[in-house]
Amino acid sequence: MAAPVREPLTVVRGDLSHQLRATWVVCRRELLRFGKDKARMLTMLLQPLLFIFVMGTGLGSIVDTGGGTDFRTFLFPGVLATSVLFTAAFSGISLVWDREFGFLREMMVAPISRSSIIWGKCLGGAIVATGQSLILLALIGTVGIPYSPVLLVQLVGCLFLGSLLLTALGVLLSTRIKTIQAAMPISQMLIMPMMFLSGSLFPVSGLPDWLAVLTKLNPLTYVVQPMRHLVLEQLSLTDVERERLLPVITWFGWSVPVGVQLIAVGAITLALVALAARTFRTVE
Amino acid sequence: MPNTVREPAISVGGLTKSYGRGDQLIEAVKGIDLSVEAGQTYGFLGPNGAGKSTTIEMLCTIRNPTSGSARVAGYDVVEERDEVRRRIGLVFQQQTLDQQLTAQQNLRFHADLYGLARGDADRRIDEVLDMVALSDRRGDEVQKFSGGMKRRLEIARGLVHSPQVLFLDEPTIGLDPQTRRAIWDYLHDLRRRTEITVFVTTHYMDEAEHCDRIAIMDNGEIVVEDTPEALKSSVGTDRIALRTDDDELTIGRLRERLGIEAAMHEGQVTLAVAEGAQVVPRLFTELDTVIQSVTVTRPSLDDVFMAYTGRTIRDSEGPQSMAAVFAGRR
Repeated sequence: MAAPVREPLTVVRGDLSHQLRATWVVCRRELLRFGKDKARMLTMLLQPLLFIFVMGTGLGSIVDTGGGTDFRTFLFPGVLATSVLFTAAFSGISLVWDREFGFLREMMVAPISRSSIIWGKCLGGAIVATGQSLILLALIGTVGIPYSPVLLVQLVGCLFLGSLLLTALGVLLSTRIKTIQAAMPISQMLIMPMMFLSGSLFPVSGLPDWLAVLTKLNPLTYVVQPMRHLVLEQLSLTDVERERLLPVITWFGWSVPVGVQLIAVGAITLALVALAARTFRTVE
Repeated sequence: MPNTVREPAISVGGLTKSYGRGDQLIEAVKGIDLSVEAGQTYGFLGPNGAGKSTTIEMLCTIRNPTSGSARVAGYDVVEERDEVRRRIGLVFQQQTLDQQLTAQQNLRFHADLYGLARGDADRRIDEVLDMVALSDRRGDEVQKFSGGMKRRLEIARGLVHSPQVLFLDEPTIGLDPQTRRAIWDYLHDLRRRTEITVFVTTHYMDEAEHCDRIAIMDNGEIVVEDTPEALKSSVGTDRIALRTDDDELTIGRLRERLGIEAAMHEGQVTLAVAEGAQVVPRLFTELDTVIQSVTVTRPSLDDVFMAYTGRTIRDSEGPQSMAAVFAGRR
């Protein structure tokens, strides 16, 4: 045995930078895969378009907003938020496919932490979902909202935060779901109620108690409401409109400011990721 | 470089793994010891369900042992998991490539996960693709590859980060003989060029001939461990297989008249003798039964397996093992 023992090529410059790099490559894989799937990108856009321009126009004639505001203007931020729901949640759940086709193993045996894998998956899913919603966002002018750069940046921020939450939720689910057959029905069972109970398609004002409670328990509500605030603040609303379209959300009688709602979304996301990492660790 | 005393590439002591508890307790690995010198190709043989995969998974830090210890590339598989992971390459029984990505993208992903510097990564990716003759297909999506090409790519990927130990779990399962031979050619080539330690599990006895040393595992235990040559000469016998009109009678007469114990294996009367060529003429003169055919085989690893476990490797694989073969093929 003449040759010397070689040290591995692996250059570990501080554990954190290695973990961050791992997160980035897992994230980049999501982007690469999505980029190859143009059909998926387009089909995902169909549903929000139907909601805004078909359902919004159809119902617009019978819905009384309490002023001159177009129902579609009300609908737009809600549909924008739900448009990321599908893409983001499915990105998270795709971990089930990674497991089925073996690739998860390649990631799991690498010298990186499970949290790095999960964060990479979440960031990738969030970027993909947000990127896709930009196409929809470009149509904001068609419902009478000005293209204000500040507004657009704020909306993208909200969408990203929401996407991150939903991807994390999908990842958490996929640490439990073991088969592809189960993944689809379970995710549908989660996504549809989340969409309808978020106030995305109708105002949460004047709801019966049971419905109001479910809405408040739904994290997506706290993505929809801030976005709707941002959009409707662009217009001059009458008091009646404000009351109907922008109802105040209360927790035990306390009116929750929009900023706190967004912080709640962030906190829930962190909790979901932590939980997913833990479940992941215990199930080998 | 002076030839200093080196720590073994793999050393294992009293390693066990059990699943379940109480009455349901299954001991998959029942306290094994082994030591693999650096630079060796080490074969881990046994039928499906013998505990090979569980053992390799413990060595690769995928499963924690129930008790006992294992050191790989100088580090403890439980306490220093990431140190072990940086120094080992893995090729699993199941496919673990991203089919939608190209060969190059799969390798790049691996290099990044293992923290290789840019320049090193580019150079290594070129080298390993070249080694498995896939350089011209690097831009193709993996889903367009044949089973053999995917396997080659996985071996290449396992080598990207220049591991000290390469683990291969049934690397040739479900592949046609030609591709199996090609895979072994790559592994031999690898050994000639580097000093890598290769740890390979297989249930194809003929493949064990490629190894420097082999261990035979059965029912969670290592029944014997040595070089293939030493094992074959330890069996020290030729094997004679007979097709006859009356197997029972033949076995009885062999015992009475020649003092040789024989048994039925795969539909033939099978006996082990020191010198086959000298026994065959006596069979015809002394047995007095109709012998349709005689086959004399010099010792093979199949015989070694039979000598130490009491059955051939095919006997010990029930019908469920076919399912395992198909599962591995998927």
